[in-house]
Amino acid sequence: MSEKLINLENIHKDYGGKVVLDNINLYVRDKEFVTLLGPSGCGKTTTLRIIGGFETPSAGVVYFDGKKINDLPPHKRPVNTVFQRYALFTHMNVYDNIAFGLRIAKVSENVIKDRVTNMLKLINLPDYAKREVSSLSGGEQQRIAIARALVNHPRVLLLDEPLGALDLKLRKEMQRELKSIQQQVGITFVYVTHDQEEALTMSDTIVVMNKGKIQQIGTPVDIYNEPKNAFVADFIGESNILDGVMHKDRLVSFCGKNFDCLDSGFEKDETVDVVVRPEDFEIVPIEDAQLVGTVKSTIFMGVHNEIMVETEDFTWKVHSIYNAEVGDKIGLFLTPDDIHIMHKS
Amino acid sequence: MKKKSTFSQRLLIFLLFFFLYAPIIVLIIFSFNSTKSRSVWTGFTFDWYVKLFNNSAILSALYTTLLVSVLAAVIATIAGTFAAVGLFNMKKRPRDILLQINNIPVINADIITGVSLCVLFVFLGKIFNFKLGFGTLLIAHITFNIPYVILSVMPKLRQLDKNLFEAAQDLGCTWMQAFTKVIIPEIRPGIVNGLLMAFTLSVDDFVISYFTAGSVETLSMRIYAMTKKRISPEINAISTILFVTILLLLIIINVRQAQQEKASARKRAEFENR
Repeated sequence: MSEKLINLENIHKDYGGKVVLDNINLYVRDKEFVTLLGPSGCGKTTTLRIIGGFETPSAGVVYFDGKKINDLPPHKRPVNTVFQRYALFTHMNVYDNIAFGLRIAKVSENVIKDRVTNMLKLINLPDYAKREVSSLSGGEQQRIAIARALVNHPRVLLLDEPLGALDLKLRKEMQRELKSIQQQVGITFVYVTHDQEEALTMSDTIVVMNKGKIQQIGTPVDIYNEPKNAFVADFIGESNILDGVMHKDRLVSFCGKNFDCLDSGFEKDETVDVVVRPEDFEIVPIEDAQLVGTVKSTIFMGVHNEIMVETEDFTWKVHSIYNAEVGDKIGLFLTPDDIHIMHKS
Repeated sequence: MKKKSTFSQRLLIFLLFFFLYAPIIVLIIFSFNSTKSRSVWTGFTFDWYVKLFNNSAILSALYTTLLVSVLAAVIATIAGTFAAVGLFNMKKRPRDILLQINNIPVINADIITGVSLCVLFVFLGKIFNFKLGFGTLLIAHITFNIPYVILSVMPKLRQLDKNLFEAAQDLGCTWMQAFTKVIIPEIRPGIVNGLLMAFTLSVDDFVISYFTAGSVETLSMRIYAMTKKRISPEINAISTILFVTILLLLIIINVRQAQQEKASARKRAEFENR
């Protein structure tokens, strides 16, 4: 088996001149949980549909286990899909829905019974075999859709925003459950979402996409701590993004001051994006501060306060447990590794 | 706020339904009258119904009507279902235009459909050497039934999850299997309604049949022919049977539709509640 179970090479896709995917290069390893993350219209669902066989790329090659599968129709691909609105068969009960793929494959009814029963246990709905699909709640339908796909023992499970229609609490629950199902059955998941938190908590690898292009591929920790550009920084978590000038390696200036940082390899006096996470600020006495500003507003967010601090050139978003009053003058402090420098894109 | 209806409002409703249904009620009552009188009640009898079933012309007309209705309904349902699926998968603009064209025969006067089909059949008959008869009658019935089938299947297709077809393919179905094992069962209620509707329209039709049947006679044509001679109460009897049959079919169609609407409303409500 090759290291790359699915490999997309130079994939382009356009619909009548409108470019949807622009030179996508991406591979998925066996048993990996990969998330395609991006705002709506970024091409993540199209990428998934190309893997599933529902779309053909305008150019480029799709490999599965080393073999080119561009022209393989969906029913011959060793992948199964969980669709956004589940697409369950309403004229069948739960058992028949899950058994559907196995019956098409002409598996014997005894084997089907075992496998469907096991699946119902896996998704924690052991007594639901005879239920009508339309009588189930959204969360339950979701689980049936997952079981209906997994029962066929696919090499890869494709999931297209499967939790999109669920409320927040149920979504959190299903995130944990999906991750544990993936670990139990030990297969590859390719997961599409626009929810950055979902991506961070579940994935082994995140692929951030925007406007048909891959912005960054990395582990959740990499993507969060070392965003490659201002888009990724802004999309994953919250960020302060402003212009700065890179005077030399490890020295950047913004807001009229020089700051030490850890980045190097920029041209002398290159204009760059400076990114600072709101939670990375330290609030310090004014005499120790690098930046001094006035509190414009403060909002209680639960674990922290969101304080907007206006300095001469920029209004900073700061997350802190510090209780500030509007109108207060406060000092901010940044250590070199709090400051992220990015090329202008 | 519900206002109590006034006396004049009730009277109006009563008169409306009275004039709508009084003729039919009179007809039904006098189909059981023991003499030929159409004004004096002389006693109850089933004689006219018995006579009806000994009248070979009526029986053969009944046979023609049932045969043409069943065949036309089945063929129109198959053709209309495929047409609806094809239309549904078209781009929006051509689909909307074709659906409008599909609606024209529905709102068009029967007499125009009848005359135009007659003209067409006579014209083609000259070229290909055939005469008006059962064949042309059947084709005419299929033609006017198809738009109704499309109209009853289309909403079911619209209700389908847009990924349903792909889900079936994803689970190993070929294109054809996805269609027969998933799409057809999912839209079956619409197809059955279309079938019943087509059958009802065929049984009911007089005008189009009159222009396209040639020497063949359907039940409604037979009744019309009977009125030209001395009016026999047999007409009352056969009309009663026809009326009751159509009424039953319409009730079945309406009950089915109401049940389906209730079911889909319940589903929608559930989806919104979760």
